[in-house]
Amino acid sequence: MNKVYANAAEALDGLLEDGMLIAAGGFGLCGIPELLLEAIKQSGVKDLTFASNNAGVDDFGIGILLQSKQVKKMISSYVGENAEFMRQYLSGELELEFNPQGTLAERMRAGGAGIPGFYTKTGVGTVIAEGKDVKTWDGQDYILEEGIFADLAIVKAWKADATGNLVFRKTARNFNLPAATCGKVCVVEVEEIVPTGSLDPDTIHLPGIYVHRIIQGDHEKRIEQRTVRKREEA
Amino acid sequence: MPWDRNQMAARAAQELQDGWYVNLGIGIPTLVSNYIPEGVNVTLQSENGMLGMGPFPFEGEEDADLINAGKQTITELPQTAYFDSAQSFAMIRGGKIAMAILGAMEVAENGDLANWMIPGKLVKGMGGAMDLVAGVGRVVVVMDHTNKHGDSKVLTECTLPLTGKSVVDRIITNLGVLDVVDGGLKIVECADGVTEAELRAATQATIVD
Repeated sequence: MNKVYANAAEALDGLLEDGMLIAAGGFGLCGIPELLLEAIKQSGVKDLTFASNNAGVDDFGIGILLQSKQVKKMISSYVGENAEFMRQYLSGELELEFNPQGTLAERMRAGGAGIPGFYTKTGVGTVIAEGKDVKTWDGQDYILEEGIFADLAIVKAWKADATGNLVFRKTARNFNLPAATCGKVCVVEVEEIVPTGSLDPDTIHLPGIYVHRIIQGDHEKRIEQRTVRKREEA
Repeated sequence: MPWDRNQMAARAAQELQDGWYVNLGIGIPTLVSNYIPEGVNVTLQSENGMLGMGPFPFEGEEDADLINAGKQTITELPQTAYFDSAQSFAMIRGGKIAMAILGAMEVAENGDLANWMIPGKLVKGMGGAMDLVAGVGRVVVVMDHTNKHGDSKVLTECTLPLTGKSVVDRIITNLGVLDVVDGGLKIVECADGVTEAELRAATQATIVD
Protein backbone atom coordinates (compact mmCIF):
# COMPACT_ATOMS: atom_id res chain seq x y z
CA MET A 1 0.00 0.00 0.00
CA ASN A 2 1.38 3.37 -1.00
CA LYS A 3 1.54 5.96 1.78
CA VAL A 4 3.42 8.64 -0.15
CA TYR A 5 1.37 11.41 -1.74
CA ALA A 6 2.43 14.18 -4.11
CA ASN A 7 1.29 17.15 -2.02
CA ALA A 8 -0.75 18.20 1.00
CA ALA A 9 -4.04 18.58 -0.89
CA GLU A 10 -3.80 15.05 -2.29
CA ALA A 11 -2.79 13.63 1.08
CA LEU A 12 -5.92 15.11 2.67
CA ASP A 13 -8.25 14.10 -0.19
CA GLY A 14 -11.34 12.35 1.17
CA LEU A 15 -10.36 12.84 4.79
CA LEU A 16 -11.84 16.28 5.57
CA GLU A 17 -15.35 16.81 6.88
CA ASP A 18 -17.11 19.80 8.43
CA GLY A 19 -17.24 19.56 12.22
CA MET A 20 -14.39 17.07 12.59
CA LEU A 21 -11.87 16.85 15.44
CA ILE A 22 -8.26 17.28 14.32
CA ALA A 23 -5.25 16.69 16.57
CA ALA A 24 -2.30 18.82 15.44
CA GLY A 25 1.34 18.62 16.48
CA GLY A 26 3.68 21.50 17.26
CA PHE A 27 4.66 23.76 20.14
CA GLY A 28 4.30 27.43 19.38
CA LEU A 29 5.43 27.56 15.76
CA CYS A 30 8.04 24.83 16.29
CA GLY A 31 7.25 21.64 14.40
CA ILE A 32 3.79 22.66 13.21
CA PRO A 33 2.32 20.90 10.15
CA GLU A 34 2.34 24.12 8.16
CA LEU A 35 1.74 22.57 4.71
CA LEU A 36 -1.24 20.52 5.84
CA LEU A 37 -2.77 23.51 7.64
CA GLU A 38 -2.48 25.56 4.43
CA ALA A 39 -4.16 22.75 2.48
CA ILE A 40 -6.97 22.55 5.05
CA LYS A 41 -7.49 26.28 4.57
CA GLN A 42 -7.66 25.86 0.78
CA SER A 43 -10.18 23.00 1.14
CA GLY A 44 -12.72 25.31 2.81
CA VAL A 45 -13.74 22.66 5.39
CA LYS A 46 -15.30 24.38 8.42
CA ASP A 47 -16.55 24.08 12.02
CA LEU A 48 -13.33 22.33 12.94
CA THR A 49 -12.25 21.48 16.46
CA PHE A 50 -8.49 21.46 16.96
CA ALA A 51 -6.69 19.74 19.79
CA SER A 52 -3.41 21.65 19.60
CA ASN A 53 -1.20 23.07 22.33
CA ASN A 54 -1.28 26.53 20.72
CA ALA A 55 -3.24 28.35 18.05
CA GLY A 56 -0.37 29.71 15.97
CA VAL A 57 0.06 33.41 15.28
CA ASP A 58 -2.24 35.59 13.17
CA ASP A 59 -0.73 34.67 9.81
CA PHE A 60 0.91 31.29 10.44
CA GLY A 61 -0.08 27.92 11.79
CA ILE A 62 -3.66 27.43 12.95
CA GLY A 63 -3.95 31.23 12.88
CA ILE A 64 -4.58 31.10 9.13
CA LEU A 65 -7.68 28.94 9.74
CA LEU A 66 -8.91 31.40 12.36
CA GLN A 67 -8.60 34.23 9.80
CA SER A 68 -10.83 32.25 7.43
CA LYS A 69 -13.31 31.34 10.22
CA GLN A 70 -12.92 27.60 9.74
CA VAL A 71 -12.35 26.81 13.42
CA LYS A 72 -15.25 26.32 15.84
CA LYS A 73 -13.33 25.23 18.91
CA MET A 74 -9.78 24.99 20.25
CA ILE A 75 -8.53 22.56 22.91
CA SER A 76 -5.24 24.17 23.96
CA SER A 77 -3.02 25.03 26.91
CA TYR A 78 -1.78 28.45 25.79
CA VAL A 79 -3.13 30.80 23.15
CA GLY A 80 -1.40 34.07 24.04
CA GLU A 81 0.31 34.87 20.76
CA ASN A 82 -2.72 35.35 18.56
CA ALA A 83 -4.75 38.58 18.38
CA GLU A 84 -7.39 37.23 15.98
CA PHE A 85 -7.92 34.28 18.29
CA MET A 86 -8.60 36.64 21.19
CA ARG A 87 -10.98 38.75 19.11
CA GLN A 88 -13.05 35.73 18.06
CA TYR A 89 -13.00 34.23 21.54
CA LEU A 90 -14.09 37.43 23.29
CA SER A 91 -16.87 37.98 20.73
CA GLY A 92 -18.16 34.45 21.32
CA GLU A 93 -17.42 33.19 17.80
CA LEU A 94 -14.86 30.67 18.99
CA GLU A 95 -15.08 28.08 21.76
CA LEU A 96 -12.06 27.43 23.90
CA GLU A 97 -11.30 24.53 26.22
CA PHE A 98 -8.15 25.08 28.26
CA ASN A 99 -6.24 21.94 29.16
CA PRO A 100 -3.07 21.93 31.24
CA GLN A 101 -0.25 21.20 28.82
CA GLY A 102 0.65 17.82 30.28
CA THR A 103 -2.98 16.81 30.51
CA LEU A 104 -3.44 17.65 26.83
CA ALA A 105 -0.38 15.61 25.87
CA GLU A 106 -1.50 12.68 28.01
CA ARG A 107 -5.05 12.85 26.61
CA MET A 108 -3.56 12.41 23.13
CA ARG A 109 -1.22 9.65 24.27
CA ALA A 110 -4.08 7.87 26.06
CA GLY A 111 -6.38 8.13 23.05
CA GLY A 112 -3.70 6.64 20.85
CA ALA A 113 -3.12 3.85 23.36
CA GLY A 114 -6.79 2.91 23.60
CA ILE A 115 -7.23 4.39 27.07
CA PRO A 116 -10.50 6.36 27.36
CA GLY A 117 -9.69 7.98 30.70
CA PHE A 118 -6.99 8.43 33.30
CA TYR A 119 -6.62 10.08 36.71
CA THR A 120 -4.15 12.91 37.26
CA LYS A 121 -3.36 15.26 40.13
CA THR A 122 -2.80 18.13 37.68
CA GLY A 123 -5.53 20.72 38.19
CA VAL A 124 -6.88 19.37 41.48
CA GLY A 125 -8.43 22.25 43.43
CA THR A 126 -8.60 24.51 40.35
CA VAL A 127 -11.30 25.36 37.78
CA ILE A 128 -9.95 22.52 35.65
CA ALA A 129 -11.34 20.03 38.19
CA GLU A 130 -14.89 21.37 38.09
CA GLY A 131 -17.40 18.66 37.16
CA LYS A 132 -14.75 15.94 36.94
CA ASP A 133 -14.75 12.68 38.87
CA VAL A 134 -12.32 12.65 41.81
CA LYS A 135 -10.64 9.58 43.28
CA THR A 136 -8.25 9.48 46.21
CA TRP A 137 -5.14 7.31 46.48
CA ASP A 138 -2.89 7.52 49.53
CA GLY A 139 -4.60 10.71 50.62
CA GLN A 140 -3.97 12.50 47.32
CA ASP A 141 -6.91 13.52 45.11
CA TYR A 142 -6.81 12.82 41.37
CA ILE A 143 -9.25 13.97 38.68
CA LEU A 144 -10.52 12.00 35.72
CA GLU A 145 -9.41 13.22 32.30
CA GLU A 146 -10.49 11.65 29.00
CA GLY A 147 -8.41 10.35 26.14
CA ILE A 148 -8.65 12.22 22.84
CA PHE A 149 -9.79 10.14 19.88
CA ALA A 150 -9.37 12.45 16.91
CA ASP A 151 -10.88 11.99 13.45
CA LEU A 152 -7.61 13.10 11.92
CA ALA A 153 -4.07 13.77 13.12
CA ILE A 154 -1.80 16.17 11.24
CA VAL A 155 1.85 16.24 12.22
CA LYS A 156 5.27 17.34 11.05
CA ALA A 157 8.38 15.17 11.26
CA TRP A 158 11.92 15.62 10.01
CA LYS A 159 12.35 12.42 8.04
CA ALA A 160 10.16 9.51 7.03
CA ASP A 161 10.69 6.40 5.00
CA ALA A 162 7.99 5.26 2.58
CA THR A 163 6.50 2.94 5.22
CA GLY A 164 5.89 5.89 7.55
CA ASN A 165 8.63 5.32 10.10
CA LEU A 166 9.34 8.78 11.51
CA VAL A 167 12.30 10.66 12.92
CA PHE A 168 11.77 14.05 14.53
CA ARG A 169 14.40 16.73 15.08
CA LYS A 170 15.30 18.39 18.42
CA THR A 171 12.39 20.11 20.21
CA ALA A 172 10.20 19.87 17.11
CA ARG A 173 9.09 16.43 18.33
CA ASN A 174 6.88 17.96 21.09
CA PHE A 175 3.17 17.25 20.50
CA ASN A 176 3.76 15.69 17.09
CA LEU A 177 4.33 12.25 18.52
CA PRO A 178 1.29 11.97 20.83
CA ALA A 179 -0.93 13.76 18.27
CA ALA A 180 0.08 11.30 15.56
CA THR A 181 -1.04 8.35 17.66
CA CYS A 182 -4.53 9.63 18.56
CA GLY A 183 -5.98 10.12 15.06
CA LYS A 184 -8.11 7.56 13.24
CA VAL A 185 -6.04 8.65 10.26
CA CYS A 186 -2.63 10.28 10.55
CA VAL A 187 -1.16 12.45 7.80
CA VAL A 188 2.47 13.49 8.14
CA GLU A 189 4.52 16.15 6.37
CA VAL A 190 8.28 15.76 6.40
CA GLU A 191 11.31 17.62 5.16
CA GLU A 192 12.70 14.51 3.54
CA ILE A 193 11.43 11.08 2.54
CA VAL A 194 14.42 8.76 2.69
CA PRO A 195 14.81 5.30 1.13
CA THR A 196 13.30 2.51 3.20
CA GLY A 197 16.14 0.80 5.01
CA SER A 198 18.23 3.93 5.41
CA LEU A 199 16.85 4.81 8.84
CA ASP A 200 18.48 2.94 11.71
CA PRO A 201 15.57 0.92 13.21
CA ASP A 202 16.90 1.70 16.69
CA THR A 203 16.53 5.46 16.14
CA ILE A 204 12.97 5.58 14.81
CA HIS A 205 10.84 7.80 17.09
CA LEU A 206 7.44 6.70 15.82
CA PRO A 207 6.91 3.47 13.88
CA GLY A 208 4.99 3.60 10.61
CA ILE A 209 2.03 1.68 12.01
CA TYR A 210 0.67 5.04 13.21
CA VAL A 211 1.19 6.79 9.87
CA HIS A 212 -1.21 6.53 6.92
CA ARG A 213 -0.19 9.24 4.49
CA ILE A 214 3.07 11.12 3.97
CA ILE A 215 4.15 14.13 1.98
CA GLN A 216 7.51 15.78 1.52
CA GLY A 217 7.69 19.55 1.14
CA ASP A 218 9.52 22.79 1.73
CA HIS A 219 8.94 24.29 5.16
CA GLU A 220 9.20 27.92 6.22
CA LYS A 221 9.92 26.89 9.85
CA ARG A 222 9.31 30.35 11.21
CA ILE A 223 11.03 31.36 14.48
CA GLU A 224 8.71 32.96 17.02
CA GLN A 225 11.27 34.51 19.42
CA ARG A 226 14.74 34.94 17.99
CA THR A 227 17.07 35.19 20.99
CA VAL A 228 20.85 35.28 20.60
CA ARG A 229 23.98 36.00 22.63
CA LYS A 230 27.00 38.02 21.66
CA ARG A 231 30.22 36.31 20.59
CA GLU A 232 32.26 38.00 23.38
CA GLU A 233 30.24 36.16 26.01
CA ALA A 234 31.57 32.80 24.89
CA MET B 1 17.16 48.35 49.51
CA PRO B 2 14.91 45.53 48.33
CA TRP B 3 16.44 42.99 45.95
CA ASP B 4 16.22 43.72 42.24
CA ARG B 5 15.32 41.08 39.64
CA ASN B 6 18.86 39.81 39.34
CA GLN B 7 19.38 39.64 43.10
CA MET B 8 16.12 37.70 43.46
CA ALA B 9 17.31 35.30 40.76
CA ALA B 10 20.70 34.97 42.47
CA ARG B 11 18.98 34.17 45.78
CA ALA B 12 16.75 31.60 44.06
CA ALA B 13 19.85 29.98 42.55
CA GLN B 14 21.00 29.19 46.11
CA GLU B 15 18.08 26.74 46.27
CA LEU B 16 19.68 24.52 43.65
CA GLN B 17 21.46 21.32 44.67
CA ASP B 18 24.07 19.36 42.77
CA GLY B 19 22.59 16.71 40.50
CA TRP B 20 19.10 18.12 40.42
CA TYR B 21 16.84 18.26 37.39
CA VAL B 22 15.06 21.63 37.49
CA ASN B 23 12.41 23.50 35.53
CA LEU B 24 12.64 27.30 35.38
CA GLY B 25 9.58 29.37 34.50
CA ILE B 26 9.44 32.45 32.30
CA GLY B 27 10.59 35.88 33.59
CA ILE B 28 12.80 36.22 36.67
CA PRO B 29 13.06 32.40 37.05
CA THR B 30 14.82 32.26 33.67
CA LEU B 31 17.54 34.54 35.09
CA VAL B 32 18.32 31.93 37.77
CA SER B 33 20.43 30.03 35.24
CA ASN B 34 22.90 32.97 35.25
CA TYR B 35 23.63 32.45 38.97
CA ILE B 36 24.04 28.69 39.39
CA PRO B 37 26.68 28.31 42.15
CA GLU B 38 30.14 27.00 41.35
CA GLY B 39 30.35 23.24 41.74
CA VAL B 40 26.61 22.76 41.48
CA ASN B 41 25.58 20.86 38.38
CA VAL B 42 21.92 21.10 37.53
CA THR B 43 20.15 19.94 34.39
CA LEU B 44 17.48 22.31 33.13
CA GLN B 45 14.30 20.83 31.74
CA SER B 46 12.26 22.64 29.14
CA GLU B 47 8.76 21.20 29.13
CA ASN B 48 8.41 21.36 25.35
CA GLY B 49 10.71 18.33 25.27
CA MET B 50 14.30 18.79 26.36
CA LEU B 51 16.66 18.04 29.23
CA GLY B 52 19.99 19.84 29.26
CA MET B 53 19.04 23.29 28.02
CA GLY B 54 21.94 25.41 26.84
CA PRO B 55 22.32 29.20 26.44
CA PHE B 56 20.96 31.34 23.60
CA PRO B 57 22.67 30.65 20.26
CA PHE B 58 25.19 32.96 18.64
CA GLU B 59 23.67 35.19 16.00
CA GLY B 60 23.25 33.26 12.77
CA GLU B 61 23.14 29.90 14.57
CA GLU B 62 19.46 29.99 15.55
CA ASP B 63 17.61 26.77 14.81
CA ALA B 64 13.82 26.85 14.37
CA ASP B 65 13.68 23.28 15.69
CA LEU B 66 15.41 24.19 18.95
CA ILE B 67 13.41 26.39 21.32
CA ASN B 68 12.56 26.56 25.00
CA ALA B 69 9.11 26.65 26.57
CA GLY B 70 9.12 30.45 26.17
CA LYS B 71 9.53 29.84 22.41
CA GLN B 72 13.02 31.43 22.48
CA THR B 73 15.81 29.97 20.38
CA ILE B 74 18.33 28.10 22.56
CA THR B 75 21.18 25.59 22.18
CA GLU B 76 21.92 22.05 23.29
CA LEU B 77 24.65 20.74 25.61
CA PRO B 78 26.67 17.51 25.52
CA GLN B 79 24.18 15.82 27.90
CA THR B 80 21.05 17.05 26.10
CA ALA B 81 18.18 14.64 25.47
CA TYR B 82 15.00 15.32 23.51
CA PHE B 83 11.59 13.72 23.99
CA ASP B 84 7.94 14.30 23.17
CA SER B 85 5.43 16.32 25.18
CA ALA B 86 3.73 13.29 26.72
CA GLN B 87 7.04 11.97 28.05
CA SER B 88 8.03 15.46 29.17
CA PHE B 89 4.99 15.74 31.40
CA ALA B 90 5.28 12.11 32.46
CA MET B 91 8.61 13.01 34.09
CA ILE B 92 7.06 16.16 35.59
CA ARG B 93 3.91 14.45 36.87
CA GLY B 94 5.95 11.45 37.92
CA GLY B 95 8.01 13.51 40.35
CA LYS B 96 11.34 13.15 38.53
CA ILE B 97 11.93 16.92 38.42
CA ALA B 98 13.36 17.99 41.78
CA MET B 99 12.27 21.60 41.70
CA ALA B 100 10.39 24.20 39.72
CA ILE B 101 11.07 27.92 40.12
CA LEU B 102 8.08 29.91 38.94
CA GLY B 103 6.66 33.42 38.88
CA ALA B 104 3.30 34.20 40.51
CA MET B 105 0.51 36.74 40.75
CA GLU B 106 -0.52 35.63 44.26
CA VAL B 107 0.58 33.08 46.85
CA ALA B 108 -1.43 32.16 49.94
CA GLU B 109 -0.19 31.11 53.36
CA ASN B 110 -1.34 27.52 52.77
CA GLY B 111 0.79 27.29 49.61
CA ASP B 112 -2.01 28.00 47.12
CA LEU B 113 -0.62 29.52 43.93
CA ALA B 114 -2.33 31.76 41.36
CA ASN B 115 -0.31 32.62 38.27
CA TRP B 116 -2.36 31.99 35.15
CA MET B 117 -5.55 34.00 34.96
CA ILE B 118 -7.15 37.31 35.93
CA PRO B 119 -10.94 37.13 35.45
CA GLY B 120 -12.20 39.76 33.03
CA LYS B 121 -8.78 40.18 31.47
CA LEU B 122 -7.27 38.39 28.51
CA VAL B 123 -6.67 34.76 29.40
CA LYS B 124 -3.71 33.24 27.65
CA GLY B 125 -3.78 29.83 29.29
CA MET B 126 -1.98 27.88 31.98
CA GLY B 127 0.50 26.19 29.66
CA GLY B 128 2.43 23.68 31.74
CA ALA B 129 2.19 25.51 35.07
CA MET B 130 -0.58 23.36 36.58
CA ASP B 131 1.28 20.16 35.69
CA LEU B 132 4.55 21.49 37.10
CA VAL B 133 3.19 22.61 40.48
CA ALA B 134 1.26 19.37 40.87
CA GLY B 135 4.15 17.14 39.94
CA VAL B 136 7.59 18.42 40.86
CA GLY B 137 9.28 17.71 44.18
CA ARG B 138 9.59 21.32 45.36
CA VAL B 139 7.97 24.54 44.17
CA VAL B 140 9.77 27.85 44.73
CA VAL B 141 8.00 31.07 43.75
CA VAL B 142 9.98 34.16 42.78
CA MET B 143 7.97 37.38 42.52
CA ASP B 144 7.65 40.96 43.73
CA HIS B 145 6.18 41.10 47.23
CA THR B 146 3.54 43.65 46.22
CA ASN B 147 1.74 44.53 43.00
CA LYS B 148 2.05 47.84 41.17
CA HIS B 149 -0.68 49.33 43.39
CA GLY B 150 1.36 48.41 46.49
CA ASP B 151 -1.01 45.60 47.54
CA SER B 152 0.51 42.47 49.03
CA LYS B 153 0.75 39.42 46.77
CA VAL B 154 1.44 37.23 49.82
CA LEU B 155 -2.06 36.58 51.11
CA THR B 156 -4.14 34.67 53.64
CA GLU B 157 -6.12 33.38 50.67
CA CYS B 158 -5.70 33.82 46.91
CA THR B 159 -8.32 35.96 45.20
CA LEU B 160 -7.46 34.81 41.67
CA PRO B 161 -8.22 31.39 40.13
CA LEU B 162 -5.67 28.86 41.36
CA THR B 163 -2.91 27.17 39.44
CA GLY B 164 -2.48 24.67 42.26
CA LYS B 165 -3.72 24.02 45.77
CA SER B 166 -1.15 23.87 48.61
CA VAL B 167 1.74 23.48 46.20
CA VAL B 168 4.25 26.23 47.10
CA ASP B 169 7.14 25.40 49.44
CA ARG B 170 9.14 28.63 49.46
CA ILE B 171 8.53 32.23 48.37
CA ILE B 172 11.41 34.49 47.32
CA THR B 173 10.44 38.14 46.85
CA ASN B 174 12.21 41.47 46.55
CA LEU B 175 11.81 41.79 50.33
CA GLY B 176 12.96 38.38 51.51
CA VAL B 177 12.37 34.65 51.76
CA LEU B 178 9.41 32.90 53.39
CA ASP B 179 8.56 29.23 53.85
CA VAL B 180 5.08 27.71 53.83
CA VAL B 181 4.71 25.91 57.18
CA ASP B 182 1.86 24.72 59.39
CA GLY B 183 -0.34 27.67 60.27
CA GLY B 184 1.15 30.21 57.89
CA LEU B 185 4.45 31.54 56.59
CA LYS B 186 7.79 31.56 58.37
CA ILE B 187 10.37 34.24 57.62
CA VAL B 188 13.61 32.64 56.48
CA GLU B 189 15.50 35.85 55.79
CA CYS B 190 15.02 39.47 54.87
CA ALA B 191 16.56 41.07 51.78
CA ASP B 192 19.66 43.16 52.46
CA GLY B 193 18.57 46.41 54.09
CA VAL B 194 14.95 45.30 54.54
CA THR B 195 13.80 45.02 58.15
CA GLU B 196 11.58 42.25 59.46
CA ALA B 197 8.98 44.93 60.29
CA GLU B 198 8.96 46.07 56.65
CA LEU B 199 8.60 42.49 55.44
CA ARG B 200 5.73 41.85 57.86
CA ALA B 201 4.01 45.12 56.89
CA ALA B 202 4.07 44.14 53.20
CA THR B 203 2.68 40.67 53.93
CA GLN B 204 -1.05 40.11 54.30
CA ALA B 205 -0.61 36.41 55.12
CA THR B 206 -0.23 35.06 58.64
CA ILE B 207 3.39 34.96 59.73
CA VAL B 208 4.25 32.36 62.34
CA ASP B 209 7.40 32.30 64.48
